[in-house]
Amino acid sequence: MKIHEYQGKQLFAKAGVAVPKGIVARTPDEAAAAFTQLGGPIAVVKSQIHAGGRGKGRFKEQPEQPGVKLVKSADEARENAKRMLGNTLVTIQTGPEGKQVNTLYVEGGLNIARELYLAVIVDREAGSPVVIMSSEGGVEIEEVAKHSPEKILKEPFHAGYGLQPYQARRLAYQLGLSGSAVASAQSFLPKFCRFFVENDCSMAEVNPLVVTAEGELVALDAKVTFDDNAMFRHKDFAELRDLSEENEFEVRAGKAGLSYVKLDGNIGCLVNGAGLAMSTMDLIKLHGGEPANFLDVGGGANVQQVTEAFSIILADKHVKAVLVNIFGGIMKCDTIVTALLSAYDTVGFTVPLVVRLEGTNVEIARKMLADSGRKIIAATDLTDAAQKVVATLKA
Amino acid sequence: MSILVDKNTRVICQGITGKTGLFHSQQCRAYGTPFFGGVTPGKGGTEVDGFPVFDSVAEAVRKTDANCSLIFVPPGGCGDAILEAAAAGITLIVAITEGVPVLDMVRTADVLATKFPKSRLIGPNCPGIITPGIAKIGIMPGYIHKPGPVGLVSKSGTLTYEAAWQLGNVGLGQSTAIGIGGDPIIGTNFIDCLTLFEADPNTEAMLMIGEIGGNAEITAAEFIKAHIKKPVAAFIAGQTAPPGKRMGHAGAIISGGSGTAEEKIAALEAAGVVVSRSPADMGKALVEAIARKKGR
Repeated sequence: MKIHEYQGKQLFAKAGVAVPKGIVARTPDEAAAAFTQLGGPIAVVKSQIHAGGRGKGRFKEQPEQPGVKLVKSADEARENAKRMLGNTLVTIQTGPEGKQVNTLYVEGGLNIARELYLAVIVDREAGSPVVIMSSEGGVEIEEVAKHSPEKILKEPFHAGYGLQPYQARRLAYQLGLSGSAVASAQSFLPKFCRFFVENDCSMAEVNPLVVTAEGELVALDAKVTFDDNAMFRHKDFAELRDLSEENEFEVRAGKAGLSYVKLDGNIGCLVNGAGLAMSTMDLIKLHGGEPANFLDVGGGANVQQVTEAFSIILADKHVKAVLVNIFGGIMKCDTIVTALLSAYDTVGFTVPLVVRLEGTNVEIARKMLADSGRKIIAATDLTDAAQKVVATLKA
Repeated sequence: MSILVDKNTRVICQGITGKTGLFHSQQCRAYGTPFFGGVTPGKGGTEVDGFPVFDSVAEAVRKTDANCSLIFVPPGGCGDAILEAAAAGITLIVAITEGVPVLDMVRTADVLATKFPKSRLIGPNCPGIITPGIAKIGIMPGYIHKPGPVGLVSKSGTLTYEAAWQLGNVGLGQSTAIGIGGDPIIGTNFIDCLTLFEADPNTEAMLMIGEIGGNAEITAAEFIKAHIKKPVAAFIAGQTAPPGKRMGHAGAIISGGSGTAEEKIAALEAAGVVVSRSPADMGKALVEAIARKKGR
């Protein structure tokens, strides 16, 4: 689960991680009032969407307006807010459709001496969380990794003991910090790592991490993603979720216990198991088709789940055919066909449906399909299924 | 012969009084797996469908000489269950549970490695392990796995069944089939399994099924190039997956342009592995891998 920058910063502040002063604004007047309340000569008005690249991003309705803007008066804050709120921000991470901006974060300016990069993720190979830092802040870390990988520092730390002060100092010296900035890093970095672990983050990124002229480290950005699997012990985070940022159908699928990802093609797929679902997409592509989605109905697919899965797939207007690929293991094929037929009738199919079944009780299941009287195309194996579903598009 | 599981394996189930735990314990017992009961704290001394229930793994080990535990406890208790099994001296721990928080696995794997090096964990979020004809410790349908010469190792559940099915169609069974799980942090990885299969006299060839995300397949490819003499075939799921999206498995995500199917396929092919582009051709790819080695 992703959260907004302002929410991340509120959580940082609670954990003792230094952030600039900031105020949330949902109207132009609130943005102007925020500027006045912050009391400084400058402030930054920042669009709150779950995507990076906001500073370079522009609005569809206001092609000149950047997603993040430095302002010098309350009036300027109000005027910028007017051009941002309710409009659609397109950045390199949003895709061409962009994201509507409904919330702004107005933040006090800082006396910036240096911009660094900081992130914590779980390193699969090391089997531990790792701090990633770079002297190149404010730019895409992928670019730094590509062009100057030697500028990327990695410091794994123990999830139980946290980042030790010597590790923080080592990073600070490698980054060329000196004086009070080293002392600040020694306090800031272990707190940041503790925040990551205690809140079950899967990623916490600060780009840029600022070193002020006064030698303090301050998080100028906050990109936080939580581990969905750990949300059962962070019930309070549920209110941080912004459903408007998520794909409506992915949200619906999640509620039904389905795993669904929307793609750009026109062949819908319904599969049991994540690996087989990914492979089914690959198979469609290999035979000249384009998958419209990834959908894993899980191991115990019942009538309600299959019905909801079909509704979600068919709600995508690009879908011109559907492929069902089931390997019935413990879940028997005939049980699945019962669910399929019931769902087929409930949903009201208007596009061709190709079904490939294999596994336990497959003979009974195939006979049920053949005798059902519905216009369902049966496939004998994976290749046959892919060829048949692609062929329906050409017919 | 086989790897990790043989006729001396003695299994118990942690979470046996839950619906799923009981169902699969029954299925394993029906397959012929030597199964001796289960553990649910607070329900010790009772019995479910002929299985004795114990309060702790330590008690179960004392009374049944179990050396293997199949875990079905809910995600929040899975790490604890794994460590309880290890502390009781269980040497093979198979965690089926899906949805374990990643940082729980980080801590659990760390304690396993430092305090209980004799315990091997398979999973979590996996279908388990089967030595066909001997013992099934997991949720896979037993009948699709025939005894034979192929060592099968996979990150995915149903795709493993698909592979076993295809191997059956080309007349090849498995020495052992292992689902290692689709999570970012897992107990047993590809290299562990490949090493064991290479040393197993009854395994003649290996089929490895990976997916997008992380670089386990890349390190496995390097390992194969340096250390594996037997024929290896592979399939990588997710060639069409978009970056940044988690494809069902917590580990199946392309991030920062790395972990793509393309780079994994290239690394495996460079290591002499026959990689099937289509999921329909996994069985054929293995036959091809065997033929290539013989031709040399």
